[in-house]
Amino acid sequence: MSAFLQYTLQGLAAGGFYALSALGLAVIFGVLGVVNFSHGACYMLGAVISAVLLAELHVGFWVALVVVPILMFGFGVLMERLLVRWLLALDPLYNFLLTFGLTLILVEAVKQKYGVSGLPYEVPAGLGGQVSIGSVNLSVYAIFACLFSVVVCVAVGLLLTKTRIGMIVRASTEAPERTRALGINVGRWVTPVFGFGIALAGLAGVLAAPTRAITAEMGSNFIIILFAVVVIGGLGSILGAVVAGFLVGLVEAYGIAYAPTYAQIVIFVLMALVVLVRPSGLFGREEVA
Amino acid sequence: MSEQMTAKVDVDLAQPSILSRRNPLRYLMLLGGLAVLVLLPYWIYPPVAMDILCWGLFAISVDLLLGFTGLLSFGHAAFWGGSAYCTGLIATHWGVPFPVAVVGGAVFAMLIAWPIGYLSVRRTGIYFAMVTLAFAQMLYFIANQARDLTGGENGLQGIPRSFFGIELVEEDSFYFYYVGAAMILVGIFIAWRVVNSPFGRVLTAVRDNPARARALGYDVERFKIKAFVISAGLAGLAGGVFAISHQFASLQELMWTTSGKVVLVTVLGGIGTLWGGLVGAGVVVTLEDFLASSGFEGIGLITGSIFVLIVLLFRHGIWGTGRNVLRRYVLDRRKRARD
Repeated sequence: MSAFLQYTLQGLAAGGFYALSALGLAVIFGVLGVVNFSHGACYMLGAVISAVLLAELHVGFWVALVVVPILMFGFGVLMERLLVRWLLALDPLYNFLLTFGLTLILVEAVKQKYGVSGLPYEVPAGLGGQVSIGSVNLSVYAIFACLFSVVVCVAVGLLLTKTRIGMIVRASTEAPERTRALGINVGRWVTPVFGFGIALAGLAGVLAAPTRAITAEMGSNFIIILFAVVVIGGLGSILGAVVAGFLVGLVEAYGIAYAPTYAQIVIFVLMALVVLVRPSGLFGREEVA
Repeated sequence: MSEQMTAKVDVDLAQPSILSRRNPLRYLMLLGGLAVLVLLPYWIYPPVAMDILCWGLFAISVDLLLGFTGLLSFGHAAFWGGSAYCTGLIATHWGVPFPVAVVGGAVFAMLIAWPIGYLSVRRTGIYFAMVTLAFAQMLYFIANQARDLTGGENGLQGIPRSFFGIELVEEDSFYFYYVGAAMILVGIFIAWRVVNSPFGRVLTAVRDNPARARALGYDVERFKIKAFVISAGLAGLAGGVFAISHQFASLQELMWTTSGKVVLVTVLGGIGTLWGGLVGAGVVVTLEDFLASSGFEGIGLITGSIFVLIVLLFRHGIWGTGRNVLRRYVLDRRKRARD
């Protein structure tokens, strides 16, 4: 039982990274119609930047948690202004390919600069060690990471559902044509929303930094699982991205615990099942063919 | 924007050729192409020439889906790599002549393509790319786990090259090139036949207007699955020859970067041009060979930048641009002749 709880917590913590990133992916897709392949690379950049901040400038985890998303927001704004913007009017596959190329550049650049071995990062003071609840030992950081991502997801959810900005973004996500018809300039929200989505990926990277190996390749597998997440949740749905994120995190953790040989395959089997039974995803709407 | 998921590619895809069927320029180009094929190993190192042809057919198989059916498969490494392993295993364990092993690999690729295609065509547009990518990654993990069979990270080494009683292992693979090239040519011919058949016309209809094709009584999903399986077979043929040529099959062949690279080659050559794949492969493989031999390490920086630049500035690709120039010239001349 105690082992089961531990796996559950690990799964929820990993799911938090997925949920945060998938949320960013979903918001970007909703408003821009762009599937950002470089989302995994942005997650990697978030982790690498926090490691470099710590090593070079002795900037700790808590500051990184604020600074890195801001930096990544700037990066996202630049990316949208300089590159993504020019292809928005075309088929989404062009931006998919563009961001794929960008991924290759980012991964190779980090690899050349910092090598292939992992950068060091420590669990921040105060969050180390374990806490015992009855007979169960749980990692404090995992609890923190899990709670933190839930809080951010809820905050973003509130931002999207309770504020006027959120209403506009949501409307642009779910029915861009109708939103435009109601006199709202959807295009104005494109750049900040893209930056925001990238910032979320960067935030997930910072959160992952203390527990995962920080390498140039850490985003490569991540992005593919992220795609599975949004296929399962339904890319058009913001709630779907978050729920599927945690679901996939759990499935992955149980897989690693109980069937290590098949751990990484289980997620894709889950995706195959969802595509078979409910092609538009668990929370997705029927797609216009 | 999510409502406009059907293809809105700005490239004028696969239009009927501007040249008439009997136009001598067609035959001239075909002859020129064959001449290049024959002379290639005299100009460049034969194994590199073989790589160009393999990647060319691989790109053609992707173009069959992307340019002629409107499906971006981002998981074609599954069929290229899957066939590379299967070909290697057949050649190693059964000792059959390598063309037989390659055919076995291609058949294997088609067998795994059927369930993947069946599931993937349930989604369209960019979702299709994501689903195929995920399934290809699943195959990568399976190959990594099945160490006894695939050799895990070491790959499958020392694949024999027996050719009806002869061991076709030479220092520079000169003769092997011609056998391999013949097999690739068969693949190219199949792709050409498919595209220029009534079946190929239906695929184009499915690409341009799926709703209309459905209304005309065509089972759109079935046609997509068939195209997917044929394309996988061609990718498998290319991957099998590639494995025999290198006498080696590794996890690299199954990785998502391979799926991405072949899409790069296709787009560079020109989407919907079929022949463009060969030109794109020529450029990419030669460039990579040059970079590797000059000791440059950050190949990803170069390929990534090429990708970004092509997508931003050169979406018609090499062959597509050439074709457009030719079309403009011919139309111009016809107009002048009329006046």
